[in-house]
Amino acid sequence: MRNLKSTLLLLLILLSGLSCKNTTETSNDLTTYYCPMKCEDNKTYKTSGSCPICKMDLIAHKQAVSEPLNESDLSDESIFHLSSLWNTEKGESIQLEELKGKTLVVVMIYTTCKAACPRLVADMRNIEAQIPKSNLENLRFVLVSIDPKNDTPKRLKEFALENKMDGKHWVFLQGTESGVREFANVLAVKYKEISPLDFSHSNIISVFNMGGELIHQQEGLGVDHKETIQTILDLTTKN
Amino acid sequence: MVLIKGGTYTPLYGRDSLKVTVSDFKMDVYPVTHEQFLEFIKKTPKWKRSTIKKLFADKNYLIDWKSDVEIGAKQSLKAPITNVSWFVAKDYCKTQGKRLPTIDEWEYVAMANKTLPDARPLKTYNEYILSWYEKPKTFNNEIGSTFKNYWGVYDLHGLVWEWTLDFNSVLISGESRKDVDNDSNLFCGSAAIGASDLMNYAAFMRYAIRGSVKAKYALKTLGFRCVKEMSN
Repeated sequence: MRNLKSTLLLLLILLSGLSCKNTTETSNDLTTYYCPMKCEDNKTYKTSGSCPICKMDLIAHKQAVSEPLNESDLSDESIFHLSSLWNTEKGESIQLEELKGKTLVVVMIYTTCKAACPRLVADMRNIEAQIPKSNLENLRFVLVSIDPKNDTPKRLKEFALENKMDGKHWVFLQGTESGVREFANVLAVKYKEISPLDFSHSNIISVFNMGGELIHQQEGLGVDHKETIQTILDLTTKN
Repeated sequence: MVLIKGGTYTPLYGRDSLKVTVSDFKMDVYPVTHEQFLEFIKKTPKWKRSTIKKLFADKNYLIDWKSDVEIGAKQSLKAPITNVSWFVAKDYCKTQGKRLPTIDEWEYVAMANKTLPDARPLKTYNEYILSWYEKPKTFNNEIGSTFKNYWGVYDLHGLVWEWTLDFNSVLISGESRKDVDNDSNLFCGSAAIGASDLMNYAAFMRYAIRGSVKAKYALKTLGFRCVKEMSN
């Protein structure tokens, strides 16, 4: 019986939370109202009704408040809409959506790369080094292989260990050929297999917020990552 | 679909071995039409103009359609579908048990004229394509209104550009046009990329388009067709 009660309570809480999100016109605490004629300049009112001066109906003003991420509420531009499957370096099979709730710093590499990738990887480590430990909890550095044939979970794990990137905030992903192509297209990363084990690819580090929306991209190697780092700090220290 | 017998050829942009080998495959005879796409859209609500996620298509997606399930007044059911993004084109082919052609496959078939599998050395071949580039609004023409090529495929040149599966493997950026060689910062291994036949301006245009579009772009001049791999 007690169990039933607590379930009901939970449901109620959930429902009230949801209904709050779905209705835009109700006067929750965040909504303010303004007069279309601006009779009292930019004054806002806490309740709906009419303007005390010209008597016109007040208009609800939706505030852009950064709310904690709602489960069912992904933006149109979220990468979590991609349904492709990925293997992690730990051998788990995941969808990108399972990374939801974390700020993501994403780069595409392949482990046999001799030219740019070591520098890209170094860039990622440099960025990591400048993020305070307390922020790492809300952050994942994601390295996506563009060579799913050779970069097996085992190989990715070895690569992670070799490069001292085996903390839990590092994630390595092996996809399918089509999944990788699709993901690269979302990031606007270009790549081409030149020969087995060698690819041309663009060097782009992308930052996603916890809803999976692209917030910042930095292209090029060994470039100044000040903006990237600032973006990451902004996203991970908000709450 | 018609069978395309595989072979080896040198594309405009070679890999380090220059030659590219294409296996046997089947290709749609025509680009996908408004009519076919309409059928698909009716069954796949997530790709309707009003419901598609911005991640998968820009604002030009099906922009001339009257509604989610009606094509525009000036559009013909038999004309090729355009204003579609790569994501949707890819899914269309997948739904049919097919896929988009790779650049190598598409170019391989498109080398042909009416009688030869590789007509690229012919002046008339290049002139035909270039004269198409000068014609306005060929995307309004109906499928089959150009020539049937050596393989039995229509409209590779003369109606619309077409999406390819790996269009994003074309590594041309604004930077690579500059004299200074600083794009080595952008692309790993970029020295391996170069045009093998600079005379082939017509093909150069196609690669330039591929190098400049993004997967969510929906352009009025860009349609697609599908291919199918041969099961052994």
